[in-house]
Amino acid sequence: MSDPMDEIRQTFFIECRELLEATESGLLELQGGSDDPETVNAVFRAVHSIKGGAGAFGFDALVHFAHEFESLLDDLRSRRLEPSRPLIDLMLRAADVLSELVSAAEYGTEAPEEMAQQLVGEIRANSASGEAPVDANEDDFAPVPMDFGFDFGMDMAPPERKAQVFQIYFQPKATMLANGGEPAIVLRELAAIGPLTVSASLNALPELEKMEPSGAYISWEIQVEAEDDKAIREAFEFFEGDCELSIQQLEAEQGEALGLPSLGGPEVDAAAELSVPAEIEAHPDAGSTPAVAEKVPTGGTAKVAANNNSNSTIRVDLDRVDRLINLVGELVVNQAMLSQSVLDSDVRVETSVSKGLDEFKQLVREVQDSVLAIRAQPVRSLFQRMTRVVREASSATGKDVRLEIEGEMTEIDKTVIEQLSDPLTHMVRNAVDHGLEKNDARLEAGKSAQGTISLSAAHRSGRVVIEVADDGGGINRDRVRAIAVEKGLIPEEAVLTPGEIDNILFLPGFSTASKVSDLSGRGVGMDVVKRSIQALGGKISIRSVPGKGTTFSISLPLTLALLDGMLVQVSSHTLVVPLTSISETIKPHPENIHMLAADGPVVLVRGEFIPVIDIGAALGLREPLECFDSQVFVLVEHETLGLRAFAVDNILDQRQVVIKSLEQNYQRVDGIAAATILGDGKIALILDPEMLSIKAAGRDDAFWSLSNKPEMADGLRRAS
Amino acid sequence: MDFEERAKNAVGREFVAFVSAGQDYCVDIAVVREIRGWAQPTPMPHSPEYVQGLFNLRGSVIPIVDLAARLGLPPTGSSDRHVVIVVKIRDQLWGIVVDAVSDILSVSDAALQKTPDVGSAKTSAFVSSVISHEDRMLRMIDLEVLLPVTREVAA
Repeated sequence: MSDPMDEIRQTFFIECRELLEATESGLLELQGGSDDPETVNAVFRAVHSIKGGAGAFGFDALVHFAHEFESLLDDLRSRRLEPSRPLIDLMLRAADVLSELVSAAEYGTEAPEEMAQQLVGEIRANSASGEAPVDANEDDFAPVPMDFGFDFGMDMAPPERKAQVFQIYFQPKATMLANGGEPAIVLRELAAIGPLTVSASLNALPELEKMEPSGAYISWEIQVEAEDDKAIREAFEFFEGDCELSIQQLEAEQGEALGLPSLGGPEVDAAAELSVPAEIEAHPDAGSTPAVAEKVPTGGTAKVAANNNSNSTIRVDLDRVDRLINLVGELVVNQAMLSQSVLDSDVRVETSVSKGLDEFKQLVREVQDSVLAIRAQPVRSLFQRMTRVVREASSATGKDVRLEIEGEMTEIDKTVIEQLSDPLTHMVRNAVDHGLEKNDARLEAGKSAQGTISLSAAHRSGRVVIEVADDGGGINRDRVRAIAVEKGLIPEEAVLTPGEIDNILFLPGFSTASKVSDLSGRGVGMDVVKRSIQALGGKISIRSVPGKGTTFSISLPLTLALLDGMLVQVSSHTLVVPLTSISETIKPHPENIHMLAADGPVVLVRGEFIPVIDIGAALGLREPLECFDSQVFVLVEHETLGLRAFAVDNILDQRQVVIKSLEQNYQRVDGIAAATILGDGKIALILDPEMLSIKAAGRDDAFWSLSNKPEMADGLRRAS
Repeated sequence: MDFEERAKNAVGREFVAFVSAGQDYCVDIAVVREIRGWAQPTPMPHSPEYVQGLFNLRGSVIPIVDLAARLGLPPTGSSDRHVVIVVKIRDQLWGIVVDAVSDILSVSDAALQKTPDVGSAKTSAFVSSVISHEDRMLRMIDLEVLLPVTREVAA
């Protein structure tokens, strides 16, 4: 990353991604029937900015395509074209190609040239230019100055840069000579840049007897041809302050646009280069002079507008945020350490140390929340993508589908959002393809012909719950069961509850589709969805009511770095049970603990016998217990197995712990999700209650091992 | 030729020599991150016998391997006198428990001898070559083989 040019490129691509997102969300708004001219303008500006930046870096294919796309958008903007559905579809596809071209430029992969060519053809066919009625309307006037702006931008491509003539006035001071500066060397260096003419001015030369031997009396006027003034300035680099120097470009008009931007400048240059500086000065506030701003949508005005919208945001490298989050994690550990030692030293509660510590704790908590909030983003962008998925899926299946979105402003960790995209896409597609019945079948069932998919996000007790629901026919359990038996996923005689049958959907290799359809037959099943959700430390569950529809519910942690846990003690070890899987803790009366046979302890809780898992023995930390009378039970709930009672010696504390990966330096361990560092610097293991329940259930047959691979821990491991 | 290369050619490779179960071993100094005193590791369930447990290395959780146990010798055991050599292999940090670190020495490549063929599968798997040094035989440990392959299992 030492190459400054490389960094600028990186920034360009980051910006591109945001611009592409803006393009797509704008187009989707249009598709949703928005007729706000600002929406079209926003899309136009986004595409234009991509083009501008791409031009500066010489990505010709990208520039070319963006240019075509932009022309089409301009037709839309100037109302020569109506935002009809086919047109918006075309534009969405164009946005896709644009995005691929950007990736191609970024990673040097093969550009989708054929597709781009084809789309350019379609765009041209759709384009209204030439056929448009020539009105005196000022809207129609818009493209003229704008096009001028583009061409200007395209000429800017660095390889095409023409040599400029610079006029240099150079007068060394005596200090320059005293410091070892030699004008002849400077002149020689300038000569190496390009053809030059030099004339020395001897006007300041005093008479011989008045001349100081160490004085500097000669000045030079130099004209040199160069690409820009960078090399010229370099020639004088060592003598800054030791000479009088002025460098001017002779063709003033081009000079302003071409000569000044230096290569080392920030990314703003790409856009700024395209702008006519006077324009920005004249209209610093795009909002107050909308008419003019519309007419001259150069990079400059786009930038100004963008600044108006988002002047309170700052773009930060994700690595830095991650580092900050890690540090806050350490701070949390440290705070716990401090609390522990204060507690150990028997300081009384009302002392200033104790009070100070309380405040410190609060501050740490606040810092932690704020830092985590940096990475939080509303799920809106993700949900917006789903509108498109629904549209594509509905047209592919010929079903009439409406998408309802709720809670799109709910915030989650950015990395979680990114990794949710694929699973959610799959689930939404599934809901349209398998969940909803065909239109006529719906009418027969007494429902409206139009099916509804609802997508919602909400915060629920420290987690985010995202639901994908359809109002279709629900899961056909008989059929699911039959297929599972046929595919050998479950034994024929297996007795499964409705919930267990529903969960068969998550088994690898399971598909209800009798034939592979375009939509769902992509080799991705719900098992993959489940795995990716678990990899994020999340859970997915399914609810289905025959005839009424199916709801998939994903519950995710707000962050991948910290976990609310209950610290428990098992013999001499401290273990952490994730709070999210705990439903309650009990200290039962000894007479409520029973043995099924020789072993197989169960505990009676409110009339229900719950299997007891001896955690110490399950983890091999000690010999199996004979008697559970003195144990405390932590009840955890497994989505299919139901409740399990984890027998521990003691409950120590409930606190937030920093997740430390085991896999990073070691490997996956059954029953252990990750590790954490306690206040005393010791390591404690974070349990994976799901896995422990499954293993203890002894149901290690194909069904359980397939359906419950311990991927839950993946996210935790990856987190640190 | 840069400085590093020159240094290498002049003195050959550098090794950290240590003693485990009374035998002399060494590892390439390039993989050694640091040498620490022993501290009680947190035991880890379902791990091979030679993995003593987990260790907190300034915020990173690293596993501790008992070298002697791994080589099939009597386990090093656990006491404050033992030393943990932290190595980095395949981007993973590991701690290796040994009796003591004895020396840091420079050996030219020529001094590396092929492991004598003694017919012990375990020995020849873990010892990649031997070095004769001041009448001692230093066994050079092949850490890649010594530490269990984990990434593949995890993938």
